Amino acid sequence: MDQVILDIKNVRFRWKNSGSLLLNLPEFKIEKHEHVFLQGPSGSGKSTLLALVGGILVAESGTLKVLGQDIQNLSRSGRDSFRVDHIGFIFQLFNLLPYLSIEDNVMLPLSFSSIRAKRAGKTKLDQVNEARRLLKALALGEQLAEKSPVIELSVGQQQRVAAARALIGNPELIIADEPTSALDADVRHSFLELLFGECKKAGSTLLFVSHDSNLCELFNRKISIDELNNIRN
Amino acid sequence: MLNLLVRSLWNRRGTAVLTIFSISISVTLLLGVENIRQGVRTSFSSAVSGTDIIVGARGGSLQLLLYSIFRIGNAPNNLSLESYNEFRNNRRVRWTIPLSLGDSHRGFRVLGTNQDYFKYFRYGSKKKLEFTKGKSFSEVFDAVIGSEVANNLKYQLNGNIIIAHGTGNISFLKHEDRPFKVVGILRPTGTPVDQTIHVSLEGITAMHIDWKSGAPPLEGEGLSSEDIMKLDLKSEEITSFLIGLRSKIHAFDLQRKINSYKEEPLSAIMPGVALQELWDILRTAETGLRVITWFVLFAGLLGMITALLSGLNERRREMAILRSVGAGPSTISFLLIFEAMVLTFTGILFGLFFLYITLFVSQPLLEAYFGLFIPINSISFKELILLGGILLTGMLMGVIPAFKAYRQSLVDGMTIRL
Repeated sequence: MDQVILDIKNVRFRWKNSGSLLLNLPEFKIEKHEHVFLQGPSGSGKSTLLALVGGILVAESGTLKVLGQDIQNLSRSGRDSFRVDHIGFIFQLFNLLPYLSIEDNVMLPLSFSSIRAKRAGKTKLDQVNEARRLLKALALGEQLAEKSPVIELSVGQQQRVAAARALIGNPELIIADEPTSALDADVRHSFLELLFGECKKAGSTLLFVSHDSNLCELFNRKISIDELNNIRN
Repeated sequence: MLNLLVRSLWNRRGTAVLTIFSISISVTLLLGVENIRQGVRTSFSSAVSGTDIIVGARGGSLQLLLYSIFRIGNAPNNLSLESYNEFRNNRRVRWTIPLSLGDSHRGFRVLGTNQDYFKYFRYGSKKKLEFTKGKSFSEVFDAVIGSEVANNLKYQLNGNIIIAHGTGNISFLKHEDRPFKVVGILRPTGTPVDQTIHVSLEGITAMHIDWKSGAPPLEGEGLSSEDIMKLDLKSEEITSFLIGLRSKIHAFDLQRKINSYKEEPLSAIMPGVALQELWDILRTAETGLRVITWFVLFAGLLGMITALLSGLNERRREMAILRSVGAGPSTISFLLIFEAMVLTFTGILFGLFFLYITLFVSQPLLEAYFGLFIPINSISFKELILLGGILLTGMLMGVIPAFKAYRQSLVDGMTIRL
């Protein structure tokens, strides 16, 4: 059972004020170490699915297990801490807090999760070193040494800082929501390679969401939201 | 978490500084008004310590208090020396101080009195008058000046003073032919004594001798100072007198006796009672002032809430990022309440800072121009409670943006909206 990271069964979701069903997912499983590419056009319910997995939204029925825990049974604050303990997020744009340094942005989840803080290092210094190691591995050593403010980083560099933040403390699941859509084609590939490499090292499973099917060859499993979502039934 | 809050605030330091500034101004105002109010009261009360009864011509008790002690306004009438002597020799009276007012010197009042003034007059916590330089008057044309008179007019010992008739700053009738000599300068007291020129009762008479129908003698016709000193200068009238009793128990008794004195219509007042009357009159004004300062504070806090509320929209990204790393809506609303608290607290600290700066700067000025001595005390327990109340109010008002942030972060979730 602990080999299954995400286990969705018969999950149905609709917005409270609009009557129509938005998601109806009979079954969706992600195994450990999988790199899953979830493809779908915008407005197809991808973001809603991610919000369900992250515990921001709650389905009207069905079970949604992350690491064997049905997060729908947790309290709201339980879901909030479960999210930071086990999932790292990367978004399309504006991932960083402009008033924090590069390192502090990376270490942000550690102040919300003792589990990930422990995994990142025993002491504060160990944790800082882990953040630096990740940043260097993601080819940001130069910016780190120069102590560049995050607002001066390029979009590609910002996304790599966000990746380091998602990876720190080795969460079991990394969710990337269109992280490359603002990047140029050549930068896109190098970003993905670095991300894959670090996911492997950390032993994290990756759920990558994008509308851009050109990227899908790089993943070992590809699935379309339309295959999962059965709203007609 | 605190680090995060401080950095976030620092990122918005422009608005934060303005918010803190407006809160601190209102705190300064609130405590400042209270300080001045207290200062005025102690100042007034300290000007009459030790005096049991003040006697003047028949009139309002407040008026009597104001002209005889604070040199504010004028006496409606004088009283005869016979009446003064009558009560001076009363067996219950320990001491008296005669006061003769009505003349001025460059805006400072001239007070005619006798040696008993320096012997019995008390101010503050029963303190005696002391000389910085010189001594009490002994000759007719000797004068003892208060510390402010000396400071403002740069008078030294043995300098000459020409006294004007009436109490205005500029007078056309001057006792130019009869200058006075400064023989003593008093130590500062923080009371109207500092702004007073003291001369003997004989000196007052001497000034007005051979004046006809309120006008000075024509040039060459008047008597010279030397001639005057040979005359009998016993005065026939004084303005009022202060009484110290052997035992305070008899104060009411004597007051009644003076008020019903058959020979001359007199008024006797107890300074404490008259002061209370003054406070009662001032209370309305004080309340008005206090209400205004409370509104200023309210406006300051409201400004903070407005700033926090309008900032929320721009901070949606910040909130969404915080939610993605595990902050719940309650954590985010807690951050806002905490932010309101930090802003209010910093505002209070700066307010206290401004208050003490202002007090230190204005203390000598108020003393010089208004004879008001505002003591600079450390924060009282009452003020501490007040400040605590302000902090609590700031926090409670922080609930409004916190609630909005709570709802906003529930709706937005991790979605970054711009």
